[in-house]
Amino acid sequence: MKSLMDKCCDQCQHSPQTPCKDYVKCRKEGPICHENENCQQKRLVLLSMLTLQNPGDKQILLCKGTGCTSSGVVKLVDRLTEEIARHNLGDKITLKITGCHGFCEQGPIVIIEPEKVFYRHVLESDIEEIVNVHLMQGEVVERLLYTDPTTGQSARTYPEIPFYARQDRIVLHNCGHINPENIEEYILQDGYLALSRAIFTMMPQEVIEDVKVSGLRGRGGAGFPTGVKWQGAFNSKSDKKYVICNADEGDPGAFMDRSILEGDPHAVLEGMAIAGFAIGSDEGYIYVRAEYPLAIHRLNIAIAQAKEYGLLGDNILNSGFSYHIKIKAGAGAFVCGEETAMIASIEGGRGMPRNRPPFPVVQGLWGKPTCINNVETLANVPLIIRQGGAWYATIGTDNSKGTKIFSLTGNVNNTGLVEAPMGVTLRHIVFEIGGGLQEGKSFKAVQAGGPSGGCIPEKLLDLPMDFQSLTAAGVMMGSGGLVVVDEDTCMVDLARYFLSFTKNESCGQCGPCRLGTRQMLEILNRITEGKGKESDLDLLLELAEGVKLGSLCGLGKTVANPVLTTLRYFRDEYEAHIYENRCPARTCKEMITYFIKPDDCVACSLCLKACPAGAIKGAKKQVHVIEQDKCIKCGACLDACPDRFKAVECK
Amino acid sequence: MHEDPRQIRRAMSELFSSFDGTKNELLPLLQSVQEKFGYLPESAMMEVARFISIPASKVYGTATFYAQFHFKPRGRNIIRVCQGTACHVRGGTKVLASIQGSIGVRVNESTPDLRFFLESVACIGACGLAPVISINEDTHGKLTPGRAVKALAEYD
Repeated sequence: MKSLMDKCCDQCQHSPQTPCKDYVKCRKEGPICHENENCQQKRLVLLSMLTLQNPGDKQILLCKGTGCTSSGVVKLVDRLTEEIARHNLGDKITLKITGCHGFCEQGPIVIIEPEKVFYRHVLESDIEEIVNVHLMQGEVVERLLYTDPTTGQSARTYPEIPFYARQDRIVLHNCGHINPENIEEYILQDGYLALSRAIFTMMPQEVIEDVKVSGLRGRGGAGFPTGVKWQGAFNSKSDKKYVICNADEGDPGAFMDRSILEGDPHAVLEGMAIAGFAIGSDEGYIYVRAEYPLAIHRLNIAIAQAKEYGLLGDNILNSGFSYHIKIKAGAGAFVCGEETAMIASIEGGRGMPRNRPPFPVVQGLWGKPTCINNVETLANVPLIIRQGGAWYATIGTDNSKGTKIFSLTGNVNNTGLVEAPMGVTLRHIVFEIGGGLQEGKSFKAVQAGGPSGGCIPEKLLDLPMDFQSLTAAGVMMGSGGLVVVDEDTCMVDLARYFLSFTKNESCGQCGPCRLGTRQMLEILNRITEGKGKESDLDLLLELAEGVKLGSLCGLGKTVANPVLTTLRYFRDEYEAHIYENRCPARTCKEMITYFIKPDDCVACSLCLKACPAGAIKGAKKQVHVIEQDKCIKCGACLDACPDRFKAVECK
Repeated sequence: MHEDPRQIRRAMSELFSSFDGTKNELLPLLQSVQEKFGYLPESAMMEVARFISIPASKVYGTATFYAQFHFKPRGRNIIRVCQGTACHVRGGTKVLASIQGSIGVRVNESTPDLRFFLESVACIGACGLAPVISINEDTHGKLTPGRAVKALAEYD
C-alpha cells in the first residue's frame, strides 16, 4: 500500500466498475470490510509519514501558483531537487508543490514543515543556504523570514505572521498546504467524506435543508441564498438537470477563484457533486475563463484522479448516484460570467444574456433546469455537509453567514487573499491584515466589487463587510475584490477606467447599455482631458439612471456604480477637473507635465536612457530637457532619476 | 502557407477527428483552430461551418463576440498587458504606454517584423504582483515602465 488510495490487500474489491460504499472512510479508518492488524498498520504507517510524525521527517512546500511561477519558483524546485539528491537527504525530506498561499507579493514562498517556517522572496541563490543551514543544521535562515513592514518584527512561522494570524482560513485551509495534483492529500484532509455522507445518509431534500440552515449565499456577486437556488432546481421536474460552476472570474482585481481552482480543485469537484445529488443532476460543467490555463490544467488532473478512484463517474461508491464533470473554457468575454450569458456560451453561441424569468433553475442549459454556482460558493459546500449547516451559521453576521475570501490588492502593503468572517470591518482588512498603505501614502478609497461595485471612502472604513451593509452604502460585495487606492489615484480616472472596461464588455443587445455606456465614457474622457463642461455631472447622473432602468442583465444594471459612488464621495475631484482644469492626483495626462528642474539636473542621462519615446534631449554636462511634444507621460524618467537628485517633477 | 485554402482544409480534417460535429462544439472548435494557426483564417471558419452544419455567418458572428479570437496573423510573441483594476492602480497604464512607445504599435497591432503582437487584457489574475504583463506563457510581475521594456528583450 504505497498511497492511501491503494488497496491494503486482495480482500479489497473497490474499483470504479465495482465500487465499495466504504471506500472513502476506509482510506484512513480501515480496513472496514475485514479485520486485519497488518492492514490497519499499513495505513498507520502511511498516515504517520504523511503527517510528518516520524522524527527528522520534513517537507518543503513550494507554491506553484500563477503568481509564484512568474516570480521564478520553477528554478527553485529544480535547484532544491538537485541539492537534496546531492546531500542524500531524500529519505527524510520531501519536496511538495502546492497551490497559492494567497500572499503573492512575498513570493517565491518556501515553507518547511512540520516546523511551519515561512521563507519569502526566495531566490535560486538562497537554496544552498536553506539546505545547509536549515535542513542539515536545523537552524533558521533569519534573513529570509517575513518582516512586518510597520513593526519591523520578523516572524519565524506562518501562524505568527499577522497577515495570516488575523485571518480565518477555513475555505482556504488546503490552499498552499496540499499538493493539488495529488488526490491522496485531499483525502488526508477528509476529502470526499462530505460526498459519502450526503449520498449514503441523507436525502436530497435534507442536503438542501442543511445548506439553507447554513445561510450560505452566493459568493460570485449577487449573494443569492444557495439553498433557495438548489430548492428551485430540485423542484423543477425534468429528465435532465445540470450544475454549472461559474469559474469565469472576470472582475479585474479578483483572483480568489483562481487560487481555489489551482490550489484545492477537489473542493470544487466535491461541492459540485453534492449539488448534483441535491438537485437531481448527473452532469456538470465548469466554465473556466481562458486566461486561467493553470486552473484548467489542475482541474483536468483532479477530474481524472477522481474518476480513477471512482469518486466521480457512474454509480459513485455503489450508491446509484452518478456524476460527470466536464470543463468548458471561456474565450475572453466578461459578460459570460452572467448566468444566462454563460449558458448561451456553453451552447456554442454569443454570450448574450437572456430575459428572466424563466430562471436557469427552471429552464437553463439546453432548456433544462440548471443550477449555477460560483467556485467559492461550491468550495464551501463540503465543509457545510461535513460539519453541519448549524455550525456554519455560527460564523458571520445575521444576514451573511460564513467567511468571505477577499482579494486585497492595490496600494496596500500586504496584497493577497484575505479570508475573514462576514461582518469584519474594512478598516481591519486594510490596516490590520493589509498592513496599511504602501510608502506611507494616505488612504483614499477602496474599490469594492469590481466594475459592478463602488468605492468606499475613508469615512466608511468601519463598514462591516456583509451583503446588507454594503448594499445600503450603494456598493456591492461583488466577488470580493478590494482594490485600495491612495492619494495618487484620480477618482475620475478610476471611474473612466471602469466605464471603458464595461463599455467594451457590453454585449450590445440593450440600447441603453450599448449607447449609454459609450456616452458616459465620452463624457468622462472629456473631463479627464480637461474639456469637461458644467452640465456634464447632471448628464452623467441622468444617463446612469437610464442605463440602469433599461438594461436586461446585471452588467448593464450595475455599470454606473463606479461613476455614482465616485460622484457621491469625491465630487470635489470632478469639479477640480471641470472648473479648475486640475487633476488633484496628478494622473490625468492632459493635465500634467513632466519636466526636469534645471537647477537639480546633473546630466547623468539615466532619464534619457529610460525614456521609451526618445523625448529627452541632453548630453554630458548639459542640463537635460524633456521635449513635451514627444513625451508620452509614462513616468519612466521620474522613476529613473536617482533619489538624491529628484530632478524630474510632475505637475 | 497559412493562407492556402487546400492546406488549411487538410489541417482542419485532422483537427475535426477529435470532435463529434455538434453545434455546441463551436467554441472549442474555434479555440483549436486558433491554437493551430495563431488566428482564425477565413477558410478555416468556412470548414467549421460545414463541419457542424451552421451558416458561416453564425460562425463569424460568434467568433467576433469573443476577445480571444483574432482574424489576422499575429506577431510571434504575444504581449498581454493587464489592464485590471489592481494593475491600473499600480501604474498599468504607464507600463502599457512605455511598451507602446518602445515597439511602436498600438493595442491589437503587430510590429511590422511580426516579432510582437500587443494585446490588452482585462485581468490576468495575478493581482498580488501588479502591474503584470504576460508574454506568451510567461507572466512578468512587479513591473515598472523600465522593467517592462527590458522584459521584451528576452523574446525573439
